[in-house]
Amino acid sequence: MTQLVRVALLGSGPAAFYAAEHLFRQVGLNLEVDMFDRLPTPFGLVRGGVAPDHPKIKAVTKLYDHIAADPRFRFYGNVDFGAHLTLADLRAHYHQIIYCTGAQTDRRLGIPGEGLRGSHPATEFVAWYNGHPDYAHLQFDLTQERAAVIGVGNVAIDVARMLCRTPEELGTTDIADYALEALSHSRIKEVYLIGRRGPLQAAFSNPEIKEVGEMADAEPIILPDEAELDDLSRAALATSADRADQKKVEILQGYARRPPTGQARRLHIRFLASPTEIIGNEAGQVTTLRLVKNVLVATEGGSLNAKTTDQLEELPVGLVFRSVGYRGVPLPDVPFHDRWGVILNEQGRVLDPETKQPRVGEYCAGWIKRGPSGVIGTNKPDAAETAHHMLEDAAQGRLLQPVQPEAQCVIDLLRQRQPHYFTFADWQKLDEIEVARGHALGRPRVKFTSVTEMLAALGRA
Amino acid sequence: MKISTVLSTKGANVITIRPEQSVREVIALFLQYNIGALVVVDAAGAVAGLIAERDIVRGLARAPDILAQPVSAVMARDVIAVSPQDDVVSVMQTMTEKRLRHLPVLEQDQLTGIISIGDIIKIQLDEYQGEVETLETQITEG
Repeated sequence: MTQLVRVALLGSGPAAFYAAEHLFRQVGLNLEVDMFDRLPTPFGLVRGGVAPDHPKIKAVTKLYDHIAADPRFRFYGNVDFGAHLTLADLRAHYHQIIYCTGAQTDRRLGIPGEGLRGSHPATEFVAWYNGHPDYAHLQFDLTQERAAVIGVGNVAIDVARMLCRTPEELGTTDIADYALEALSHSRIKEVYLIGRRGPLQAAFSNPEIKEVGEMADAEPIILPDEAELDDLSRAALATSADRADQKKVEILQGYARRPPTGQARRLHIRFLASPTEIIGNEAGQVTTLRLVKNVLVATEGGSLNAKTTDQLEELPVGLVFRSVGYRGVPLPDVPFHDRWGVILNEQGRVLDPETKQPRVGEYCAGWIKRGPSGVIGTNKPDAAETAHHMLEDAAQGRLLQPVQPEAQCVIDLLRQRQPHYFTFADWQKLDEIEVARGHALGRPRVKFTSVTEMLAALGRA
Repeated sequence: MKISTVLSTKGANVITIRPEQSVREVIALFLQYNIGALVVVDAAGAVAGLIAERDIVRGLARAPDILAQPVSAVMARDVIAVSPQDDVVSVMQTMTEKRLRHLPVLEQDQLTGIISIGDIIKIQLDEYQGEVETLETQITEG
């Protein structure tokens, strides 16, 4: 029998499952994978990030179910790295460790007024409507009629779209119950998406931008002069090999030409404007977003960057969501590259900050490795690269030397440290109940949104 | 996608060389780290140039004793630098148009990395593969 290699995987999002899949595919290797998550439920942003009205994207979890069905796979949910398990614990029980903890926090705008009441990170709103237990208690003032979303990426557009959907549209999704209730009484009428650069540089993808033209009672509005490309962008588009860019500009210019149809909500997509200040009233509540108009200038490397002008604009809004990028959170005792917001790594091998050499047995994959980029599937080649190096190192004997490599030792430790851990079978029961609750209402599922609720559902309260 | 995404999995080590070091040392570093270009940095830490395999080939054609010469005699001095915030697609276009295989990355005038056309191709390939993977899953599992 070949040597047993026990792998600890932190996180249970796409990168974690693709890493497990890749490792399991290796023949002739006696390998076991234990996956840990802070939450009782698996799948990371597929459950907690993907918008409720995008059920097709969530279908990817069926693929992850196949991976979890492998007898060499175990899941331990509701286990917090740092609180319930330390790096020293993992080193005592595993030959290899992979961090797949994603990019859990957002970048700040760095402008005055960001802390006012009514100014929120988009990530918190997303986690809230998706029923993430840590965010279920949040309140958003939906009595406001005007909201701004800073950023033009896919998350920004998800947030804007969720604010524009009708109760009927939301009522067929797996949105958290409390969020469905709150959004059903929303008075929002005008939503502004604010992009620093022009239509060509906007990060949202074409299906997302097409979708906002097909909402039940909301319409996209774009100012004709902002939909026009400047000379530099026009030249860049002319030499671009990417047909999707051409299509994106066509869709946006199409919206700019469309006469308003008088639908209940309007989604204004604004370009070439940067927020410079969020202004509030005496009560500390957001009332206005101050913007500066930008022009594009070319960098040496060929990118078109926003350069501010002296032209200011004030946009009255009562809610502001910032969605200008995400960053990873450092893990206890794990080297972090603060500027990139990722674990210090070389192609997935965690590096020692002093020697710049790989640390034995430690790896990373997904957004904590490369930063937030790409779609769900991008994590597959990313995780494959990491797994490839893990197998290479295992073959060379570059492994941790755990004193207690037996699977049962981990279970004993968890019983001591976190008796309320969840197994994959526990999750499957929860999943079944959620789906059954949804079935009665014509929804894909009704989510549990607190750990207490989940424990009770399993009869473990 | 930004250049910072390319850099984030390349480690924090940028291999550099001084202008007065020899071309022989350059070749030794190419082999040791399995790379094809080095950023040339002066005593003050400022980027003085870039030396790549092709510069050495060109130098060899000119003077066979090139190995003993200083880096400054062979390096390219007019270096285009990019920023971590630059768009990968734009940089790819610039590299293709200007036939550049390596570019230093500067952040507030500080050297923070080097990217090769190979890095750019790999990340673009991963992105396309990721999109295909995502679409396939939606068709087969959705």
